Amino acid sequence: MTELTHLTIAEARDRLTARDITAVELTDAYLSAIDAANGALNAYVTVTPEKARAMAKASDERLAAGKAGALEGIPLGIKDLFGTEGVHTQACSHILDGFAPRYESTVTQNLWNDGAVMLGKLNMDEFAMGSSNESSYYGPVKNPWRATGSDADRVPGGSSGGSAAAVAAFLCAGATATDTGGSIRQPAAFTGTVGIKPTYGRCSRWGIVAFASSLDQAGPIARDVRDAAILLKSMASVDAKDTTSVNLPVPDYEKAIGQSLKGMKIGIPAEYRVEGMPEEIEALWRQGIAWLKDAGAEIVDISLPHTKYALPAYYIVAPAEASSNLARYDGVRYGLRVDGKDIADMYEQTRAAGFGQEVKRRIMIGTYVLSAGYYDAYYLRAQKVRTLIKRDFETAFHAGVDAILTPATPSSAFGIADQELAADPVKMYLNDIFTVTVNMAGLPGIAVPAGLDAKGLPLGLQLIGKPFEEETLFKTAHVIEQAAGRFTPPKWW
Amino acid sequence: MSVDLATVKRVAHLARIAVSEDDANRMTGELNAILGFVEQLGEVDVTGVEPMTSVTPMAMKKREDIVTDGSKADDIVANAPNSDRNFFLVPKVVE
Repeated sequence: MTELTHLTIAEARDRLTARDITAVELTDAYLSAIDAANGALNAYVTVTPEKARAMAKASDERLAAGKAGALEGIPLGIKDLFGTEGVHTQACSHILDGFAPRYESTVTQNLWNDGAVMLGKLNMDEFAMGSSNESSYYGPVKNPWRATGSDADRVPGGSSGGSAAAVAAFLCAGATATDTGGSIRQPAAFTGTVGIKPTYGRCSRWGIVAFASSLDQAGPIARDVRDAAILLKSMASVDAKDTTSVNLPVPDYEKAIGQSLKGMKIGIPAEYRVEGMPEEIEALWRQGIAWLKDAGAEIVDISLPHTKYALPAYYIVAPAEASSNLARYDGVRYGLRVDGKDIADMYEQTRAAGFGQEVKRRIMIGTYVLSAGYYDAYYLRAQKVRTLIKRDFETAFHAGVDAILTPATPSSAFGIADQELAADPVKMYLNDIFTVTVNMAGLPGIAVPAGLDAKGLPLGLQLIGKPFEEETLFKTAHVIEQAAGRFTPPKWW
Repeated sequence: MSVDLATVKRVAHLARIAVSEDDANRMTGELNAILGFVEQLGEVDVTGVEPMTSVTPMAMKKREDIVTDGSKADDIVANAPNSDRNFFLVPKVVE
């Protein structure tokens, strides 16, 4: 049974279509794998076996009737940020205790419409605020990857840490995730999986718990580039319920895979060569350049001069939007309520008990930078810097660059409860140094595994594309994947 | 710019988060670390630069001004910690 869980989505699709395996068998294989592994990895916060089996049975009926959808019978894990009707949806926060929405997010509905099967809800940093999955109310997720010869636990990255760990450990065929500053790409890089954050507006945000509305985008984490392409095609849509979702046809991304890179121009930004970057990351980057050159792409040096300001601008814009979005958690309409001596005290006690430390920190920063007298100095300036960051990319693209190659993260996965990172919030924020620019400019970005470091931990490369040119990213990432091979963690759990 | 203990308590109250003296002390240090980090934006020349209001160059879509939803009071109060006959219950606010 276990080998069924090792099929890629594309392979499972072929075998399901051929009626060589059934959706129920495939789903049962994943449910058994979750049962055996979740105690150790903590990737799922809720498993929905009955729902999964019912959905799989319906898939088998559609397969038998020749009415299969694009993801018919494919078992997926769903990040706890996505609203799923009647099922645990808490953004892994205590403040949403017991919340089970009466609606379904557009992205998950699109997946079910295409025949996918829901296995359960995946662990994440609380309200998607974090880079290590340690801020979850449900405890940290363990990375299935460990350093060679070590049994020390490592983080899977965040905020989509449960998604990345579940995909890497074969606890789902693919997973939904979201990315506000790197929350798809950084965990993908830390777990040897593929993650794409599409262009802002490509996937509807409706029904996804909001963190920073001008930056949030949903995307898939998958075991290979083809699977990521298959999932994104189903997730993306134009949606009347999200005014920022874009009315452009969704291409068949899978068709881009295998296309030639001849004539493509790949930009290498000087500013991503940051001080103190490990030589291994530099070497990986050079290797990626060589692979793309061998595949026929032209490599050009480019400059994105405002890169270093993206992270500080992000830590104004994102907390400001978060402080506004999270004002709704007041103990009245849903979730946790802690009684107080009057209504204002009830709000304050509820929010004090319901939010974790990182979330409180960001709400406080957001409240401060938006407060009277500070708005211009912080928020307005940060939004101006954001314009400059976007302009840097536009200049590069106007000069003929088709995609930009960078490292995905400044290091491989670090240890759980790292003392240095716990002591300094800014140090943890620096994890997103290569990914956050992409959110600030609304561009698509993909992280693809490219090698292992000396400790035996996966490292990823990132490709950044022009708005709505995800196809370019898929075809280029596929070339890297072909050259680098795929990476699977040795099973210890 | 940096914040002092009194400012942290004021901001916590604006954000409707109860903080103990210990919390407020710890947060003062943390917030100052973050504010110190974002301070570098002061180096950037933003003269004549428009603040970003939309990351994609598109006009916001507007929907028809018609009723498309409603009559689901049961759904709306379904997750409330305290409700009665489709009303949210809160502590008394008017004497």
